Amino acid sequence: MYRRYRSPYQLREIDRLQQQMNRLYETSTPSRLRQAGGYPAMNIWSSNDGLKVTAEVPGVHPEDIDINVVGDTLTLTGERRPDDLKEGVQYHRQERGYGKFSRSIQLPYKVNIKKVEATFANGVLSVDLPRADEDKPRKIVVKSA
Amino acid sequence: MAETKVLEPQKEEIEISEGTERTREGLCFIPRADIYELDDHLMIVADVPGADDKTVDIVLEKDVLTINALVDPVLPEGYSLAYAEYEVGDYTRSFKISSEIDREKISASIKNGVLRLRLPKAAAAKTRKISVATA
Repeated sequence: MYRRYRSPYQLREIDRLQQQMNRLYETSTPSRLRQAGGYPAMNIWSSNDGLKVTAEVPGVHPEDIDINVVGDTLTLTGERRPDDLKEGVQYHRQERGYGKFSRSIQLPYKVNIKKVEATFANGVLSVDLPRADEDKPRKIVVKSA
Repeated sequence: MAETKVLEPQKEEIEISEGTERTREGLCFIPRADIYELDDHLMIVADVPGADDKTVDIVLEKDVLTINALVDPVLPEGYSLAYAEYEVGDYTRSFKISSEIDREKISASIKNGVLRLRLPKAAAAKTRKISVATA
């Protein structure tokens, strides 16, 4: 901005501080919710060794969930089946959806496909995706001459 | 059967203005529910992912049946949340029960994050078939 170059040192300092504060807010609250691109909504956790993807899929049977990893893309497919009801049942209210779902997300790096593990408890799916060894950041030791 | 709904990824949060203020920290959601009627009972099916038999609490007070599920967000150790599309919190919802329900026999079960309440109709409310005798 034009004004910036003309503003005295103190003002620039305040600008810089404000930017830093903004950045702090952004990073300390990553729970700023993004709109889910499809069903199910996913949360992604990261650590030094890999990722953990969680999703709430109530009423889906674990055997109806397929997890696929190709390269750095994770695909979740599945189906929520409606209750097995006979004809003529009267619905007073229907808010829960049914049907097939499929969602792919791109992971920030390649994962070790052989070590991908998933657990399912109380309608919550959790997929552990360890980072591929060849993709892990390499630490370079500085040798003294 | 009725027309099926599509799967919705987003949960609905309760509105503070709707009722009394909460004393528990954290978020609270309104679980999506289906209610359907069979010959001898009514079923309420509600999505409460993350809740189990120990954390769900069902109270019937006068004509109001209230479901409360307390779900504590789990933070996996050593991990930090990098990207979020949903939040974890409690669930609460109340239903008004008509007089035709046999209150003593209401039962509930929970599996895979889905709560099912079975509300049997009182004997008097069950439909009786009356045969017509020829004169």
